[in-house]
Amino acid sequence: MFKLFKKFEKKEWLIILFVLLLTIFQVFLELKMPDYMSEITSLVETSGSSMSDIIRNGLYMLVCALGSLITSVIIGFAVSRIASNFSYKTRKEVFTKVEELGMAEVKDFSTSSLITRTTNDITQIEMLIGLGMQLIFRAPVMAIWAITKILNKSAEWSTYTAIGIVILMSVVSILMVFVIPKFKKIQKLTDELNNKARENLTGIRVVRAFNAEKYQEKRFKRVNDDLTKIQLFNQRTLAILMPIISLVMYVLTLTIYYTGASFISDAALSSKLTIFSNMIVFSSYSMQVIMSFLMLAVIFMIIPRAQVSATRINEVLEKDISIKDGHISRKINDEVGTVEFRHVSFKYPDAEEYLLKNISFKVNKGETIAFIGSTGSGKSTLINLVPRFYDATEGEILVNGVDVREYKQKHLHDILGYVPQKAVLFSGTVASNVKYGDNGKKELTDDEIKEAIKIANAEDFVLKMENKYNEHIAQSGQNISGGQKQRLAIARAIARNPEIYIFDDSFSALDYKTDLELRKAIKAHTKDATLMIVAQRIGTIMNADKIVVLDKGKCVGIGTHKELLKTCDVYKEIALSQLSEEELKNA
Amino acid sequence: MPRRNMNTKPKKAKNFTGSLKRLFSELGTFRLFILLSIVLAILSSILTIATPSILKDLTNEITEGIKVNEEGINKLSEILSSDLSEDNIQKHLKSILRVELNSTTIQSINNSTTISNEDKNTFNELLTKISKTTDESKVYSYLSRMPSSVLKVLLPSSTYNNIKISSTEKIDLLNSLTNLSKEQISINDLKLSNQIILSMLTDSKIEDTTITKAEKLSIISALQGNNDPQTIYSELDKLPDNIKSYLEPSMNMDRIITLSLILLLLYILSTLLSYITSLIMSTVTSKFANKLRKNISKKINRLSLSYFDTHTIGDVLSRITNDVDTVAQNLNQSLTTLVTGITLLLGTVIMMFITNTYMALTAITSSLIGFIFMGIILGRSQKYFTRRQVELGNLDGHIEEVYAGLNVLKAYNGEEDANKKFDFYNKRVYEANKKSLFLSGLMQPMMGFIGNFGYVAVCIVGAILTLNGSISFGVIVAFMTYVRLFTNPLTQIAQAMSTMQQTAASSERVFEFMDEEEMPVEHPKTKLLKEEVKGNIEFNNVKFTYKGNDKPTIKNFTASASKGDKIAIVGKTGAGKTTLVNLLMRFYEIDEGRITIDGTDIKDISRDNLHELFTMVLQDTWIFNGTVKENIKYNTNATDEEITSVCKKIGLDHFIGSLPKGYDTVLGDNDSVSLGERQLLTIARGMLENSPLIILDEATSNVDTRTEELVQKAMDKLAKGKTSFIIAHRLSTIKNANLILVMDEGNIVEVGTHEELIKKNGVYASLYNSQFEL
Repeated sequence: MFKLFKKFEKKEWLIILFVLLLTIFQVFLELKMPDYMSEITSLVETSGSSMSDIIRNGLYMLVCALGSLITSVIIGFAVSRIASNFSYKTRKEVFTKVEELGMAEVKDFSTSSLITRTTNDITQIEMLIGLGMQLIFRAPVMAIWAITKILNKSAEWSTYTAIGIVILMSVVSILMVFVIPKFKKIQKLTDELNNKARENLTGIRVVRAFNAEKYQEKRFKRVNDDLTKIQLFNQRTLAILMPIISLVMYVLTLTIYYTGASFISDAALSSKLTIFSNMIVFSSYSMQVIMSFLMLAVIFMIIPRAQVSATRINEVLEKDISIKDGHISRKINDEVGTVEFRHVSFKYPDAEEYLLKNISFKVNKGETIAFIGSTGSGKSTLINLVPRFYDATEGEILVNGVDVREYKQKHLHDILGYVPQKAVLFSGTVASNVKYGDNGKKELTDDEIKEAIKIANAEDFVLKMENKYNEHIAQSGQNISGGQKQRLAIARAIARNPEIYIFDDSFSALDYKTDLELRKAIKAHTKDATLMIVAQRIGTIMNADKIVVLDKGKCVGIGTHKELLKTCDVYKEIALSQLSEEELKNA
Repeated sequence: MPRRNMNTKPKKAKNFTGSLKRLFSELGTFRLFILLSIVLAILSSILTIATPSILKDLTNEITEGIKVNEEGINKLSEILSSDLSEDNIQKHLKSILRVELNSTTIQSINNSTTISNEDKNTFNELLTKISKTTDESKVYSYLSRMPSSVLKVLLPSSTYNNIKISSTEKIDLLNSLTNLSKEQISINDLKLSNQIILSMLTDSKIEDTTITKAEKLSIISALQGNNDPQTIYSELDKLPDNIKSYLEPSMNMDRIITLSLILLLLYILSTLLSYITSLIMSTVTSKFANKLRKNISKKINRLSLSYFDTHTIGDVLSRITNDVDTVAQNLNQSLTTLVTGITLLLGTVIMMFITNTYMALTAITSSLIGFIFMGIILGRSQKYFTRRQVELGNLDGHIEEVYAGLNVLKAYNGEEDANKKFDFYNKRVYEANKKSLFLSGLMQPMMGFIGNFGYVAVCIVGAILTLNGSISFGVIVAFMTYVRLFTNPLTQIAQAMSTMQQTAASSERVFEFMDEEEMPVEHPKTKLLKEEVKGNIEFNNVKFTYKGNDKPTIKNFTASASKGDKIAIVGKTGAGKTTLVNLLMRFYEIDEGRITIDGTDIKDISRDNLHELFTMVLQDTWIFNGTVKENIKYNTNATDEEITSVCKKIGLDHFIGSLPKGYDTVLGDNDSVSLGERQLLTIARGMLENSPLIILDEATSNVDTRTEELVQKAMDKLAKGKTSFIIAHRLSTIKNANLILVMDEGNIVEVGTHEELIKKNGVYASLYNSQFEL
């Protein structure tokens, strides 16, 4: 956590120091109040004191209270600034960092974890600063100051207060020891409960088809009962906390009063009054001491949680970026639209097994190259090496004759038009999604956008929408169907007018007919462009200039459809699983 | 997926009281326990209110201990004043200042060599005046004008009441007497030397104690001329013990002990009560939450599937966990808080008014002023809290979107755009945060100030009243506590009310789900036995419209299949291929027409019976968190042998053998079990059911080739000799189907065999041919 706090600038440290000083001042004011209280007490007690004295002391006390309030407001103002500024800057930093991360690192963290790290974790720490900082400063200052105020008043009373604190702290820590592990368990069981319900919901047809409703209810009940049992234990255990706290505080006051009574009766006449007002003051200070110890306990409960968040944030910020940017940012030779793999192997940094082994091929301008293979054969991984989502572990990949690692990524991406496996849209409009990003050229015109949408076979449904090209697209494109998303994602690539298209299994979600129409339109529009297609259907790739057949990360055949049917067993097997022999011949 | 802040946005109940009423009626027998805990909470609060007044008594007793014993003082002053009554003083003074103006004295003065002639003249002059007057005070006045050399002779040192009084002391006395204009003489007005006072005192007795003249003198000197109580007390401390014992404040230690014990008892009792209250409440709420969750889980299975067309899984899940938790926790916390809060508030107000009206008014007014002030601030700040949630939701949404599409972002150089948007949202969050954090941090100090303000007000008004003598000091002490007791519940009630809002909103969502229309209770006319069903299925003029659609999805559909037939359903993605399955399984009810099995309308048998007759294997393979065996066996009574034999039959045994724990391996969501293997598992599950009718959804294209073959073969085995409905994705496998239903945009557009349909050259033909083109 302290690593994160190092991000505070000088100005902020000054504010923090200021806050600390203010806190000390505030504690001073607050502890001054009991003095006035005791003053008022003895004034009231003594006959013959003047009314003006009492009012004067009351006003002093009120001034202290008001001063403390004003100080609080100033502290609150400063702290809220620091906290929101902290989260503002840290969030920005994490966000920028995540943008720079390679896909390998993203995979390492997992996307959803990165999201929580950028949102919830930072909010957690913001809360700690916002609400905790005052507490963290205040509790120790208050505790120390209040203790010194009462320490020389009475050894006996101090002992009682100490005993009270020890009892409270032990109760709190014992409860925490029992309860905190159970809280983790509750979290786990809640997840499990969720899973059981989710399982019933996702499989609702199966459940009904199997008449398994009772079976599911039983499974749910088991977790539900377990959860309830632990919750009961926790709540019953925690139920003792508040009553104990108030009991200790009340009994402490009572003890001070009771012993005070005997002190007074034993004392010389002249010191009775002093003891009495001491007693009143002490009982109020000792409450302050106990309260500040309780505050400390709260802090000790908050900090570990924030600590976890801080560690998670730091992990992101300190992550080494494996993809280093190159320096080439403009065309340096005459080659256009070529991609060459030279003995490329790939494995994830910490993995042992290679996902790709010694792959070599070259594709030229205007050609179509396809990659096929069963799940896990590495075809997606292979194609992801071109836009440098990952870097090859061994070997090199050349685009237009230059190693991709030497390009500035921005320039490399300008050459490529990538369509992912799972279509990704961003909130905005249809048009804003199609003209998304920056391709190093000038902004697209409306006509170009319309043209791209037309080519991507998306025109019909876009025109059916109420606002047509300006139809709103919800976050992650939730308001349109998968097939529509896929077509818009393709339109986005087309609008870029790149030298090289990369289709990472982008057609599987479409039916045969749409698939075909789309490919025809793309081919017609992109005569000069190079196409790299990952596919699962033989039909999608049969007519490619080159088909690379992958099996368990190895290239087991390169050639045309006809060649491969003769030479490559794996290819033939795949083909036959999808089309009958007769159909293959017809094709 | 991470929890979105958007979902935690404070929700408002549509019908606050209605939902709460409903909630309480749902509590059922739990209400009894809640009532009990409410009673206990009220008792506990009453105890809490009772304690300050006992504490007040205790304080009063202790204050007795610092007041000088009045009775003793009275007795002492009695004996002192009896010695020093005016008459006595006059008498004593006369005797002390007795001047013998006889001829001997006059002569000796006139003859004295030490007295100057001038003094002698003055003496004689005054002497004549004295002899002429009868007024005693004038005599003293003339005497005092005598020159000091004369006076020394006139007032020589003498012994009075055994006390030696010097000549100087007498002269001083004389002077102070003549300076007095008043007629009356009191001891305080005269500057009497200790010797003179002593001479006027007598030894006397209080009860058995003798108080000597000397002791009396010390009392007088202690009390005389001192106004500061502290000095008086320390002077009193110097008095001999026997006298001090009269002055010493008396503390009723017995009563203090009794009061302390009562207080201790009350504290313990109140602690116990509040502990029992929370015990009951947490038990009730946990059990209630358990019941709610159980009911929801049962409800899921009683709802028509059409419910899930319009509600997401996440929505139902959030009702099960978030909403039920909110209801339970809030009920646990806010209900007792509300009850104790209200009791404390009312009780404190009553107690305050009973104790003292003025003080009560002071305490209430001063606190209320503060609260009104705070209410205004709170009201104004509410919008910032909502804004913060909204802005945070927008930012989180953007982050989620960007992270999820990071590869696209990179490939399209969308960083700049994303950053611009991020900065925009981040800035807005920053602004909203700053304000809402500041305002939420303000609450505590405000509360503190209101408390202190009330405190001071009570102290000042209390002090005034104490000085007037209308109240005792203990009342102030009691009110100091009352003020605290009064301000705390006000905030608690406010907080509890806002949590009750949430509770109402959440319980509304829970009950909304519980109130969803269930599938109607069935009254099956007949029952078809699994073993006897042949599997002749007929669709007769079936018409079906999805809820909310204006056009029917299936219209005038008539077809029939006999035992062993294979019926294929084809169409584009989203063409509505599952509709038929839904109708066959009666997940949805048809609007018109009939579907019959062996001539019996499926509406005439129970759903359970219908489901028994079908084995269904769906594309989205459903594997739950459990062992391989549990997943295959599911809710059948299959023996281990039956399970293994089925697995062997479809070639799954090899895969299961390769798992670390074989049949006892636990399967999770993210296991390395491939899609194809999952599909095999569900086929095995289906085979155990051994039903006469089969519904199959073909494997996705995502399955690797070898497993795909296995799956295909397994499906063939499963469907062998049975009437089967196959939702096909690969057209090659269904060419031999007895009937192909082609669906498009939710409608059955073509019906026929492969050959017939190819000949027709319609939708099917173009679909079929498109696989071979590029």
